[in-house]
Amino acid sequence: MVDLLEKHRAIADRFQRMIDMGVNALGVTNDQMISPTRAIVGGREIILAGTNNYMGITFEPSVIAAGKKALDEFGTGTTGSRIANGSFAMHKELERSLAKFLGLKHCIVFTTGYQANLGMLSGLAGPNDTIYLDADSHSSIYDGCTLSGAKLVRFRHNDAADLDKRMARDDTAGGRLVVLEGIYSMLGDRAPLADFVALKKKHDFQLLVDDAHSFGVLGPNGRGLGDEAGLEDGVDFVIGTFSKSIGAIGGFGAGNHPLFDTLRYAMRPYMFTASASPASIATSIAALEVLAKEPERRQRLWDNSQRLFDGLRALGLETGTDVVSPVIAVKMPDELTTIAKWNALFEAGVYVNMAVPPGTPNRLCLLRCSVSAAHSFDDIDRIVEVFKRVVAN
Amino acid sequence: MTEAEIIPKICDLLGPYNPEGKVLAAETDIPAELNIDSVGVLDFIMEVEDYFDIEIPMNVVSETRTVGDLARYVAAQKNKA
Repeated sequence: MVDLLEKHRAIADRFQRMIDMGVNALGVTNDQMISPTRAIVGGREIILAGTNNYMGITFEPSVIAAGKKALDEFGTGTTGSRIANGSFAMHKELERSLAKFLGLKHCIVFTTGYQANLGMLSGLAGPNDTIYLDADSHSSIYDGCTLSGAKLVRFRHNDAADLDKRMARDDTAGGRLVVLEGIYSMLGDRAPLADFVALKKKHDFQLLVDDAHSFGVLGPNGRGLGDEAGLEDGVDFVIGTFSKSIGAIGGFGAGNHPLFDTLRYAMRPYMFTASASPASIATSIAALEVLAKEPERRQRLWDNSQRLFDGLRALGLETGTDVVSPVIAVKMPDELTTIAKWNALFEAGVYVNMAVPPGTPNRLCLLRCSVSAAHSFDDIDRIVEVFKRVVAN
Repeated sequence: MTEAEIIPKICDLLGPYNPEGKVLAAETDIPAELNIDSVGVLDFIMEVEDYFDIEIPMNVVSETRTVGDLARYVAAQKNKA
């Protein structure tokens, strides 16, 4: 008998090596959440600097009240998919609210952000089409592309000239979809949108931006990369998630195409899974209202990001991008050093994400920080001080 | 362009992914024998694309495990052009 799990032996060995060096960085368990930026882990209070909780909205009283009300009035779950019994009025309300927030005509809500990418990419592109995806795309984009059955062409990260070259080489018929991200999750850099939109004058394609890390974060209105670049008209489709700036769970796709709603009947990850729970939808609606009413949260996020970025760079640490971002990744020389430094940070009371290949671009090993509007300047200074003591030493 | 002409160049391009200096040949299984992860294979394929000025869709990559498989695909594309 061939043991099916034996192929994962190397992963098990690599994981064991990490465990032997200290704490399981991939399995940290928050025993208690004190605030958006504090948790109790193993009896100790930890500063959270790797949660993607950009707006620090998870303990907002109005949002929590909305969730409790939904639980009381609509129950714990929908027990069905959106195309069966799982569409509640609140799902439609959230879709309308998001479309209005984004200034777009149509929006479809998914159960998770991962499923939003699986659904949108596999709904938009099919076996006769070609998807051009950035080399540093998130795994959910790769998986959505694979599910579509389309021809997949990978272009060099943030390189519109490379995309131009690849499009010129390709003479196959069918539709063409280009996929970018607003903020790339590992290094924190953003796509040079103007360069890619300019290519539309030369090549026929539709453009999709995954604003998972940039929704609520970028642009004067917090709509994402297109909003920041003043190029929303050049973006045909937007994808986002509720698990970051919105502080819940779920995802969405949005656009202006007149056939957009037809995607509901063409996306398997939308059709064949239960819809998001009432509490998650209600908290997403309430959080979106807070985002729209309190743009100062975005300013706090950027002030905090600038402070952490400057603080870590002043220590001589190399970051993933030279431009300030709410995602600040500190580059490490190798995996063993990364594990050791992550453990030292954790021991000193700071949680960041440990990111190692193949989950990172260019085989980089990273201590990945993400900043929150809920961090205080004292928090940021404390994080920098710990990095100084245990990483930059 | 023949597979025999392409194979040595593919072996050259594999240099940075072969730190142990393993002997490479047509039958070398690229991800398995060189222990290259999934992203590394895609990065290597980009080098091959640029050198030969062809497109190798990701869908093809999973079916081209050996140096010989890849050389066959490159030759087909070059000779088509």
